[in-house]
Amino acid sequence: MANTLQFDLVSPERKLASAQVTEVQIPGADGDMTAMEGHAATITTLRPGILKAVSPQATLAFAVTGGFAEITASGVTVLAERAIPVSDLTGTLLDEMIQEARDLAAMADDKDAADKIVNDLQALRYAATH
Amino acid sequence: MPSLKDLKNRIGSVKNTRKITKAMQMVAAAKLRRAQEAAEAARPYADRMNAVIAGLATSVGSSDGAPRLLAGTGADKVHLLVVMTAERGLCGGFNTTIVRLARARANELLAQGKVVKILTVGKKGREQLRRDLGDHFVGHVDLSDVKRVGYVNAQEIARDILNRYDAGEFDVATIFFNRFQSVISQIPTAQQIIPAQPGEAVVTNTLYDYEPGEEAILADLLPRGVATQIFTALLENGASEQGARMSAMDNATRNAGDMINKLTIQYNRSRQAAITKELIEIISGAEAL
Repeated sequence: MANTLQFDLVSPERKLASAQVTEVQIPGADGDMTAMEGHAATITTLRPGILKAVSPQATLAFAVTGGFAEITASGVTVLAERAIPVSDLTGTLLDEMIQEARDLAAMADDKDAADKIVNDLQALRYAATH
Repeated sequence: MPSLKDLKNRIGSVKNTRKITKAMQMVAAAKLRRAQEAAEAARPYADRMNAVIAGLATSVGSSDGAPRLLAGTGADKVHLLVVMTAERGLCGGFNTTIVRLARARANELLAQGKVVKILTVGKKGREQLRRDLGDHFVGHVDLSDVKRVGYVNAQEIARDILNRYDAGEFDVATIFFNRFQSVISQIPTAQQIIPAQPGEAVVTNTLYDYEPGEEAILADLLPRGVATQIFTALLENGASEQGARMSAMDNATRNAGDMINKLTIQYNRSRQAAITKELIEIISGAEAL
C-alpha cells in the first residue's frame, strides 16, 4: 500500500473532512498541483476549482472557492472559505456563486484579479456540468 | 395593607413571571450549547489562519512592500471602534460591559484629540451609545434577522470595514466583544484588527515554499484574517450572550421564588388575622348578650 498523508479540510464554520489519503490534488493559484507523502513544505493560495483527495477506499472531491493550503511532508491542511462536496454541487448553486463573484468584481479595485475569479468559477461550472 | 385578593393576584403574577424566566433560562441553556459548539468548530480554521499569518508577517513584516493592512497607514489619527453587542436585552450585564469598555476607550481617544468613528453591530449597543456618542456613528449592522450567525455575516462586516479602510476613512480599527469564559463570566475585550497584530510566530523547523510569493499570499490572507477575527468575535459574543442570559434568568427565577415565598407568608398571615378578627367579633357579640 502506498504511503499516506493526513488530509484536513477546514472551513471557517467547521471541519469538513479529515482522512488518511494517498494524494491530494490542489487547485493552486499558480496552477494545479498534487501533493503526496513527502512533498516539500509549501503554502499556496487557492483559486476556485476542484479539490480532490484520493485514498484507496474513496475519492473525496470538493469545489472550493478560495483560501489556502498548507502542505507538509506528512499532511495537507486546506483552509477553504467555502467548500461544497461535488455530489451536492448543482448548476444553480454555481450560477449563484458566479453572479456573486460578478457583483464583487464590479465593485473591486483590482479588476484583473476579480475577473480571474469569475473566469475560474465559469471554468468550474463548465467542468462540473460536462 | 393590601387586601387578600390583591395579594393573591400578586402571587399569581409573580408565578407567571417565574414561569417565563425559567423558560428563557432553559432556551438560553440550549442555545448556549449550540453556540459553544459553533465556537469550538470554528477554532481550527482561526488557529491555522492566525498561525500562518503570524509566520508570514514575521518574515515580510519589516520590508517596505508590506501590505497596508499590516503596516498601517502611517497615521494614528482616526480610530474606528466596532462595537459588537446583542440584538436583545434581558441578558444581565452583557451589553453594558461591552458598551462601558467601548465608551471608556472612545473618551480616552477623544481626550487625546483623535477622531473617533463608531460602527455598531447589534441594536442594544447602538441604543446605549446613542445619547453621548451618537455623533460619531458611521454605520450599523443589523443582525436581528439572522437566526444563526454564519461566516457570511462576518464576511459582510469585514468587507464593509475593509472598503472604509481602502477609502481612507480610518487608520486603526478595534473590535469590542465579550470573550466567553464560562456561564458566569464573560470578559469584555478590545482587539485591534487593523493594522493587523499577528501573534508571536511559532518557531518551526519547517521552511515553507510560498506559491505565489510571500507578500502576495499575505496580501490575500490579511483580509481573510480580518473576516476570521470578526467571525470568532461574533461566535464568542453569541456564546457569551446566551451564557449571560442564562445566569441572569437563573437569578430572576430564584428571586421570583423568594418573592412568592414572602408573599405567601404575608397572604397567610393576613388571612389568619382576618379569621381571628371575625372570631373576636362573634365572641364579643355573644358576650354582650
